[in-house]
Amino acid sequence: MSEINPFIIFIAAIFTNNILLSNFLGMCSFIAISKTLKASFGLGCAVTFVMGITITANWLVFHLVLKPLGLEYLYFLIFIMIIAALVQFVEMVVERYSPTLYLALGIFLPLITVNCAILGACLFAVVRNYTFMQSIAYGIGSGIGWSLAIISMAAIRQRLRFSHVPKALEGIGITMIITGIMALAFSGFAGVVSMQ
Amino acid sequence: MSLFSAENKKIFWENIWKENPIFRQILGICSCLAVTNLVFNTFIMCVGLIVVTVATNVFVSLIKDYIPGRIRMITQVLIITVFVTIVDLLLQAFSYEVSKQLGAYVGLIATNCIVMGRAEVFAMKNRPWPSFLDGLGAGIGYSIILLTIAIPREILGFGTVCHYPVITSEGWVAWNIMIMPPGAFLMLGSLIWIVNSMGKKVAHEEKK
Repeated sequence: MSEINPFIIFIAAIFTNNILLSNFLGMCSFIAISKTLKASFGLGCAVTFVMGITITANWLVFHLVLKPLGLEYLYFLIFIMIIAALVQFVEMVVERYSPTLYLALGIFLPLITVNCAILGACLFAVVRNYTFMQSIAYGIGSGIGWSLAIISMAAIRQRLRFSHVPKALEGIGITMIITGIMALAFSGFAGVVSMQ
Repeated sequence: MSLFSAENKKIFWENIWKENPIFRQILGICSCLAVTNLVFNTFIMCVGLIVVTVATNVFVSLIKDYIPGRIRMITQVLIITVFVTIVDLLLQAFSYEVSKQLGAYVGLIATNCIVMGRAEVFAMKNRPWPSFLDGLGAGIGYSIILLTIAIPREILGFGTVCHYPVITSEGWVAWNIMIMPPGAFLMLGSLIWIVNSMGKKVAHEEKK
């Protein structure tokens, strides 16, 4: 596992091992936000940004603090607190230094604390024993992969408004079916690169 | 108030069918959908989720008067995570194989929206016993759906249920798509479709 080139992991996290389409993480906000393209793009950027930062911080804390102290079993607790604290911190920094970015990402940042994709990526990086560079590549790649999925979903859903969907399938039902078809399409990338 | 009064029963049953967290609110499918290609793993995951939901609900409702309003979210998250850690450690101690297969997904119960949703909506306003029933109802309602997804997936994907072969006839080809991620999405989509069309019928009859 440890010899895989970080770049391969980066590509695999976007296409073959997409965190939404193959690990089912981040579904709640995916379904709620993917109604409009603009919001999806904003949330996608915010998730990529936060994921890159939190996975780095969590990797450092796990390997430099928890492991030497023998406190690995506390990692759920610590990770969640780090994510919550970092999101708060990022929000304050962005608000202070870049009001335009804050206007674009601001409303999405609090939502991200409970996004399972963030915690999921951090846990996977620990469970799979990634090195530091591999973790960063995996975090950013997963963020981009998640954005790719939500943006394409939003684009499809905007056109879906004009088509005739069976009454009982409207809304969530058709979204799930389309996600399934999208996951099928993405599984066509399998074999391009491999992470396992 | 008796323990099994009509109102308490209603709290329990509403969560299982009428207010089922997955169909009505689309909450919390994230962490559990991934394990639905094997019935046994799904079952373990559901038990873990029920334990965490019930324990969190009871605990939050016990200490709700001492939680300052402004930091209630983070307090709930911490309580949930403590229970998730306990479940994870128990699983590692008593069934290491399953714990290894589930991997990071047990930890992800912590971010499952159902747990926090019930704590915030119900346990913060109610007493421990109704909160217990509410958590149990939400957990069971959720588990039923996941098992309904898991059983067809395992039968069609491997020809087995809980590792016991059910389809043994020759010429049977396992549907690989069912054990791959797309299978879960398609199953859940179809299930929502079926339940919604049934729901429409029920609502129609009530109107008459």
